Amino acid sequence: MIRVVLPYPLRLLADAPDEVALEVAPPVTIAGVLDALEAAHPELRGAIRNPRAGARRPLVRFYACRRDFSNDPLDTPLPPAVAAGEEPLLIIGAIAGG
Amino acid sequence: MSGVRVLAGTRKGAFLLTADGTRRNWKVDGPFFGGWEIYHMKGSPADPNRIYASQSSGWFGQVIQRSDDGGGTWQAVGKDFVYEGEAGTHQHYDGSQRPWEFKRVWHLEPSPSDPDTVYAGVEDAAIFRSSDGGATWSELPGLRRHGSGPSWMPGAGGLCLHTILLDSSNPDRAFIAISAAGAFRTGDGCLTWKAINRGLRSDYIPDPEAETGHCVHRIARHPARPDVLFMQKHWDVLRSDDAGGSWREISGNLPSDFGFALAVHAHEPETVYVVPIQSDSEHYPPGGQLRVWRTRSGGGEWEPLADGLPQRDCYVNVLRGAMSVDWLDPCGVYFGTTGGQIYASSDEGDHWTPIASHLPPVLSVEVQTLP
Repeated sequence: MIRVVLPYPLRLLADAPDEVALEVAPPVTIAGVLDALEAAHPELRGAIRNPRAGARRPLVRFYACRRDFSNDPLDTPLPPAVAAGEEPLLIIGAIAGG
Repeated sequence: MSGVRVLAGTRKGAFLLTADGTRRNWKVDGPFFGGWEIYHMKGSPADPNRIYASQSSGWFGQVIQRSDDGGGTWQAVGKDFVYEGEAGTHQHYDGSQRPWEFKRVWHLEPSPSDPDTVYAGVEDAAIFRSSDGGATWSELPGLRRHGSGPSWMPGAGGLCLHTILLDSSNPDRAFIAISAAGAFRTGDGCLTWKAINRGLRSDYIPDPEAETGHCVHRIARHPARPDVLFMQKHWDVLRSDDAGGSWREISGNLPSDFGFALAVHAHEPETVYVVPIQSDSEHYPPGGQLRVWRTRSGGGEWEPLADGLPQRDCYVNVLRGAMSVDWLDPCGVYFGTTGGQIYASSDEGDHWTPIASHLPPVLSVEVQTLP
């Protein structure tokens, strides 16, 4: 199972725990994880990426294994530790005030 | 016994304040959607248990919430706001042309007769309608295609359609207001719109009496007088007696005619409330004294209402959507501040009491009068 850590506003929106577990077929990419996440929690459609263009919302960040994947193509494979469920994909609201 | 439910949208969540018809003891529920901006909440006149809320975030975008049980439980409904056809461009702050881009919903106006029909005023300025309880939204593009759209420029808060007034006696007629484009009226069910800004004067635009470009902060009216409109503009308080065909200033003896909020008494169509603010750069009450001003003669002559409001060292603002009235007798008046207070008067503004004192900055206040 792939582990995904959600920021508080999205946990609240989806009525989800801080970490959700998802089945994602390999190769495990950000796009694949987001597809599974939005299927499990339809409230999150549009909150992380544009529902039509598919682009990441500007103030959302994707971190995993101490690396920033935010500016990588969404079909970039995530590290093996994420695919193995050993490390989570962190979805972060950027530090931008608030 | 009848009751009152105050719907307060704040920078960090929604709050519901309820009281019975005496309006003495208030219960505060919330925050709902904590951490999210709630620009506006409004209940259906046809079904008070149906409430719509606009929930938004600079990080995570727009959500529309709907309650079918008076705010006890909520469900996220549709949030797909797509401009119809070619989006076009409007003027940016620097004078360049920018594409229309959806940012957030400022105002939700449920139909007077159908709980499943609700209108949304959005930024960048446009009006949308849902006929299925908020599940899906369609733009009514005639407004954006008015022809003056490329000249519309955002106010400081954005190019927002912030006020929608529906006409329960004529379902084809509606009024809207946009900062900073002005007021518009439709008479054909939102197919076409007419700019209704004759008589407005705004020295901050190249032609102070232009057809559009005015920063209208709020318009309101009494349902029994569908042709009489009141307006709080960036500067100036005005009225129209011909459904916006022409306007005349009624600022009279107000200490400042800058402000945001305006409301009309529930039972007296010529009684109007405003909250004067020092200036366009000093967004706080004149002299640090928070006062609502009331006219009972349709404008021109105003009286300050200060009993129960802070009269020294008060430097909060009252935003455009943050004042409303109930329909009890005597009429209750309510407003929220950027300091997180919600004040209520159960005697038409003569005396005020804080019914919440430490909320996040209040963006909007709507009131439901419950059977």
